[in-house]
Amino acid sequence: MRIIALVLVLLCGGLLIAGTVEFAPWGSPHARQQVYLSPYFIEHSMEDTSVPNIVTAVLADYRGYDTMYETAVIFTAGMACFFLLRCLKRMEPQERVYRHLVTGMVLHVKKPSVPKPPEGLFEEIDPLWTPYDIIIKTLGRFLIPPIQVFGLYVIAHGHHSPGGGFQGGVILGASVILLALCYDLRSEVERLRESLSGICSAAGVFIYAGVGALCLALGSNFLDYSALAPILRVDPVAARSLGIFFVEVGVGLAVMATMVAIYNNLASAGLYDQGL
Amino acid sequence: MGWQIDPVVLTLVVFCAVGSLAIKDLLGAAIVFGAYSFMMCVLWAVMGAVDVAFTEASVGAGVSTVFMVAAVFRTTRRSKD
Repeated sequence: MRIIALVLVLLCGGLLIAGTVEFAPWGSPHARQQVYLSPYFIEHSMEDTSVPNIVTAVLADYRGYDTMYETAVIFTAGMACFFLLRCLKRMEPQERVYRHLVTGMVLHVKKPSVPKPPEGLFEEIDPLWTPYDIIIKTLGRFLIPPIQVFGLYVIAHGHHSPGGGFQGGVILGASVILLALCYDLRSEVERLRESLSGICSAAGVFIYAGVGALCLALGSNFLDYSALAPILRVDPVAARSLGIFFVEVGVGLAVMATMVAIYNNLASAGLYDQGL
Repeated sequence: MGWQIDPVVLTLVVFCAVGSLAIKDLLGAAIVFGAYSFMMCVLWAVMGAVDVAFTEASVGAGVSTVFMVAAVFRTTRRSKD
């Protein structure tokens, strides 16, 4: 079996390397895409969309379909993780662990019949328990807000600098995952509930497709944002720039919620009770 | 400037790629794979594809390493083969 796999891998790799022989030399100005496609984007993207970052203009405007289905792929990945890993049967924990807030002493409760200790004096912690670390928690508190602001900046500033919906969404999702790593999974799920993250990831795809469908309803092509000009009360070029922004917001929302959902399902083995 | 950094980064990419496949400890393999992603990110940045480098840094080196560590945490650290 291993030999067959090795032969297949070598065959595929050989085919790919053989395919590169046909390529134009690296950075050649005479390559086919450099002759007609790239000059068009470089010369016209500014006057078409008024977006200085050509990558964003190509990604969200000229090739809007491609990015829409990329977002759909991310949504599908989140759904796949949900259906594969999520365990909806609620299981009562065998062992409960409480920490005394004042002294930091830890109580292990082995029998389910023992009642809960008083709420103000003890807090429940994970049975897969890691020692109380105030440095990590405080650092997380300081780091998470700037990370989230940076994520929003990356989404909104994708027109002018590298970045956009995908990167900003991943940064926002990573900030929520950092909260789960610094505190615990429960306090993260309290702030971003499973239903909310599911709705957000579907809403992101819906925003993207909805903007496209709105263009269609206004009598233009699907995802041709210049049709939005009468609604937004701007000229068609600015409408394309704004359309790219709406779409990026949808992408960011979908990516953020999906990253958080995948992490929660993986780290808690689908139980959403305790994690890494 | 790009030509001095290119061979070093390319060598590191190959080492990290082979290493992440060869290491038996899956947690170590996940970390080495994160290092591989970061080296790829440097390579994209050297080539001038800053958007791709940004995506590689946030998705490849950041979130997917966390996903793999989470998966190792819930399964096993030992690889069977």
